[in-house]
Amino acid sequence: MSGAGRRLLIAAAAAWLAFVVLAPFLIVLKISFAEVMQGRPPFTPLFAWAEGALLPSLRASLANYALLLSDSLYLDSYLSSLRLAALATLSALVIGLPMAHAMARAPQRWRPALLVFAVLPFWSSSLIRVYAWIGILNDDGPFNALLLWLGVIARPLAILNTDIGIVSGLVYSYLPFMVLPLYASLERIDPALLEAASDLGCRPAGAFFKITLPLALPGIIAGCLLVFIPAVGEFVVPDLMGGSDTLMIGKTLWTEFFNNRDWPLASAASVLLILLLVGPIVVLERQGSKRAEERS
Amino acid sequence: MDATTRILGGAFCALALLAGAGTAAAQSAKEVYVYNWSDYIDLGILDDFTRETGIQVIYDVYDSNDTLETKLMAGKTGYDVVVPTSPFLAREIKAGVIATLDKAKLPNLKHMDPSIMQRMAAYDPGNAHSVVYLWGTTGIGYNVKKVAERMKDAPVNSLSLIFDPAIVSKFKDCGVMMLDAADEVIPAALRYLGLNPDAKDAETIARAEAVLMKVRPHVRKFHSSQYIEDLANGRICIAFGWSGDVVQAKTRAADAKKSVEVAYGVPKEGALMWFDSFAIPADAPNKDHAHAFINYMMKPEVIARASNAVFYPNANKDADPFVSAEVKEDKSIYPPPDVVKTLFTITPYDQQSQRVLTRAWTRVKRGK
Repeated sequence: MSGAGRRLLIAAAAAWLAFVVLAPFLIVLKISFAEVMQGRPPFTPLFAWAEGALLPSLRASLANYALLLSDSLYLDSYLSSLRLAALATLSALVIGLPMAHAMARAPQRWRPALLVFAVLPFWSSSLIRVYAWIGILNDDGPFNALLLWLGVIARPLAILNTDIGIVSGLVYSYLPFMVLPLYASLERIDPALLEAASDLGCRPAGAFFKITLPLALPGIIAGCLLVFIPAVGEFVVPDLMGGSDTLMIGKTLWTEFFNNRDWPLASAASVLLILLLVGPIVVLERQGSKRAEERS
Repeated sequence: MDATTRILGGAFCALALLAGAGTAAAQSAKEVYVYNWSDYIDLGILDDFTRETGIQVIYDVYDSNDTLETKLMAGKTGYDVVVPTSPFLAREIKAGVIATLDKAKLPNLKHMDPSIMQRMAAYDPGNAHSVVYLWGTTGIGYNVKKVAERMKDAPVNSLSLIFDPAIVSKFKDCGVMMLDAADEVIPAALRYLGLNPDAKDAETIARAEAVLMKVRPHVRKFHSSQYIEDLANGRICIAFGWSGDVVQAKTRAADAKKSVEVAYGVPKEGALMWFDSFAIPADAPNKDHAHAFINYMMKPEVIARASNAVFYPNANKDADPFVSAEVKEDKSIYPPPDVVKTLFTITPYDQQSQRVLTRAWTRVKRGK
């Protein structure tokens, strides 16, 4: 590709990112320094033009951030979101890895069909699927009926309206995001490597941990990020499948925005959430590129 | 990390292809966008309105005043008719997001019941911005058989059923639900304590919070629409909810023939009385069609059909002959005059008291 064409492509991508990522973020950042006000929009302007002044005076307030840090409600929400999202990511990995492994090892002609099956749930509305799970996991739903019939449990398990309910919903909703990148990285592994390991006397389990897993690591990291990041900020699943006593930052944001009508505080809380999520990714990225440099 | 990035990109491409882009519906000239509460109309009314006027109705629903108000404050909702509840409407009028009605376009105003419109004028001076759609009370819905099994002579017509820990704890195993609406439950708790339900100061709200904290362990969930289904299916015993919603649960239970019997009690201590009114957002794109819609809804036979379908009383003095006997004679829908006397109303919360209220509510929901 010519230098000019390349630059044009990069410029287009940068413009797109500025439009869909940077601009909304800057708007949220701006509101986070404002104060609540009755009216439309319900917050004070950041710049005020005094009579006859050439330059506007800045009216930024850090009060929202101070409140976020001083009130344990917000810290608890962040921690509880991180905990539930981490639990969901781990569960998705444990379920997704064998699925992706089986898909990657299936005969070539089956793979497209299996891939379609993995993403098939996306063809219906996620809300409808969450409602379906409410029906399945209910006290009188088929899941409890099956366990009762098998004699595993004596009385229906309370899954809905608990943290387990939230994690189940999250795992189900985001599983395809885990399976797809895992499949992509597992499929690329040359079967000859595993044959060589076997020829040299390595057991299949050993070969899995020594060859497959390290080679699939980029896929594992990608899958975990794709599940973890949206799961932290998830609102629908905790609202419908969780209990009233579970705090998650998505619900706390909703409360600030809709119940308190406090847009500035809600904005400040989401800015902090973004920092919280971007920080670890930047660290991972740094380490990844350092390792790549060392290798080359 | 390079490989990770490549795989991420690949995965996104696959997803983007599968997701498929939504297509915007073609804009037709004559339409009205209505944003109303869930389970709150006979949908056949909308078809008849279109048949009579040629105006298409695009109908969306919500289940909390907060959702509606946030959209109104953000502006450009695209809706032409909204249905806020009285205290919220008062605040929205003050914020300037509601248009003044052109009463010349609403000849059917002559059918409205002046006594109810007068009560509503406390929120909307001169009834300049709104027309009452339906009204109701907030009280106790319960599963008749399951409550009786667990407690003989349970006080089903008293707030002590849900606010006295010794009583509500008896129903924990079969399920107790409350509205997820601080401005409904906290005033009721204040009324239970014999305090002013309209109190806005932090100390008084804290006393209601203390009452709720003691019963919190026995409440399964706070939610403002799920209890209709759960009451109807016998999944819960008690719901503190809106009158007509409980009666809807009762009807659904009867239709399903699951031998679930649901009833509604107006607490003898007094219940919150509220009015849901039609209003037009200040920036509504089709104000003329909005007036036509509101005017149509004031036809006695039309509004009666809504009452018959959703079991809430209307504010139309000429509609009674069209309201079915089943609805008209049900005291949980149309409370008798001596009960009406015990009902109370509340005024809007300002920013400061709203924050106090919401924080108290968040603590109650978490249970700590």
